[in-house]
Amino acid sequence: MIHARDLRKSFTDKAGHVVEAVRGIDIDVRRGEAFGFLGPNGAGKSSTMRMIAAVSPVSGGELRILGRDPAEHGPAIRSRLGVCPQEDTLDNELNVFDNLYIYGRYFGIPKREVRERAEELLEFVQLTDKRSAKVEGLSGGMKRRLTIARSLINRPEILLLDEPTTGLDPQARHILWDRLFRLKQQGVTLVITTHYMDEAEQLCDRLVVMDRGVIAAEGSPLELIRAHSTREVSELRFPVGDHEATAEKVADLGERVEVLPDRILVYSDDGEHVLEQVHDRGLRPIATLVRRSTLEDVFLRLTGRTLVD
Amino acid sequence: MSATAEPTLSRDDHRLSSWRGVVRQYDYHWTVYKRTWKSSIVSSFLSPLLYVLAMGVLLGGFVHVGAARLGGAPSYLAFIVPGLIAAQAMQTAVFETTYPVMGALKWHKSFWAQLASPLEARDLANAMLAFTLFRVGSTCGVYFLVMSPFGVFGTWWGPVAAWPATMLVGMTFATWTFAFSAFVEGPDSFGLIFRLGLIPLFLFSGSFFPISNLGPVLEWVARLTPLWHGVNLTRMLCLGHLDWPTAAINVAVLVVLLVAGWRTAVRSLTRRTAL
Repeated sequence: MIHARDLRKSFTDKAGHVVEAVRGIDIDVRRGEAFGFLGPNGAGKSSTMRMIAAVSPVSGGELRILGRDPAEHGPAIRSRLGVCPQEDTLDNELNVFDNLYIYGRYFGIPKREVRERAEELLEFVQLTDKRSAKVEGLSGGMKRRLTIARSLINRPEILLLDEPTTGLDPQARHILWDRLFRLKQQGVTLVITTHYMDEAEQLCDRLVVMDRGVIAAEGSPLELIRAHSTREVSELRFPVGDHEATAEKVADLGERVEVLPDRILVYSDDGEHVLEQVHDRGLRPIATLVRRSTLEDVFLRLTGRTLVD
Repeated sequence: MSATAEPTLSRDDHRLSSWRGVVRQYDYHWTVYKRTWKSSIVSSFLSPLLYVLAMGVLLGGFVHVGAARLGGAPSYLAFIVPGLIAAQAMQTAVFETTYPVMGALKWHKSFWAQLASPLEARDLANAMLAFTLFRVGSTCGVYFLVMSPFGVFGTWWGPVAAWPATMLVGMTFATWTFAFSAFVEGPDSFGLIFRLGLIPLFLFSGSFFPISNLGPVLEWVARLTPLWHGVNLTRMLCLGHLDWPTAAINVAVLVVLLVAGWRTAVRSLTRRTAL
């Protein structure tokens, strides 16, 4: 579905500096899978997404979407894609239904069909009772659902979602995840960027971790956790300022120790055992927690990004 | 999301033709216009008539010069009406291609949403310019109709022929203004267009007085402005005193500017949106 080799994107910023947003990445997305780009802000996820959406010219390397070159076949590719951008681009002055109707017309869908399709999609994203409401008055979660409905109007083969739940409250996120999961079950290929690790774990079959324009690791969430982290993590919280010094005293208890501003993470296969040893050494943390490793830990390991400088 | 009947999939395998690119946006512009036409009545239809009343009738009552000095117009009112309509074409066109373009890029971002569909920057520019043509055409058309009972037109066919001429003037300005709006960062620059472009052109391009009154040097400057070509063409047609060679030059200048402006507008939006 999507094939990229040594894909690059650079542009000149307002100050005249050349910014290399994407610095040579290889990706292969298969039909029907949910593929994720995980990384912090500025990792190059959105630039990659815009190239895949066939709206941003490729600066270097090779990119094929549905077997076509976006430089040559932009309209053909875009007629088969659904795009849910990071920033809402809904028309605030139009009502909910008209937003869908008008968008469907851009794809050349006949009027009668686009009306039926719009009603179906309102049902799907649970906005039927807001059909005639102005977009302006909708909540953030509703707007995002409407954007997703809009991106489905042309029955896309691939749905691109750029940070789909950023800025939404937990309940709205879960509603959205549920809808995306249904789409996946219907066979729609999903490509998602996110900086939420839980979102990537929930939704993605396979993902790449991006950092500073390159791919740091690739695999399923479970594979990544196995390859780059331990089974369990013990979180230790000490009084502010004590973390650096205390870390040295527990450094040998796990395979690896990470010091964050507010806690120490000890990576091992038996977290409870680590806690016992911490107590045996006479250390008294304010709070402790033993949990499974997550993609967050993978990310920390691969990029060192949230480490104290 | 029932899967009862197999839906017809709308897929494009090639670039859209320019025509289809515009037609697919018809519903968008029509829906927006249905919502906004009422508020545009005042600026489109009422203010121009106030100009006619104030300048043409009330001020014009003091103007007693021979037809020879008024380009063959029997009265000052007959002289000023074609000039006002041509200027109105310019103003409508500039209005439709400044804030609406900036809005589509920066505020409601409709251009970005449209670009995720098979439409291209070219299609967005074309559709907005087509809508501007509709606005200029309808505004000037109503203007001509309302003025026709007052005996300001020399022949019945004069205003009929002048109507497309005003659209030509309008679109010449629309294309260049569109190009400018797609180029500048924010709406602050629009003040420049209004103060340094629109107002001087409106006042000194022959709408209110023959440009020969400007003196030989400024008269030539005025002759270089696109609005003068529009005003002159519209006036000659309305009064029925057509000087064919001059009219041909007027049309040629406007057409050349229109085509160049259109290409610049498309290129400007393409550059702005290809990030």
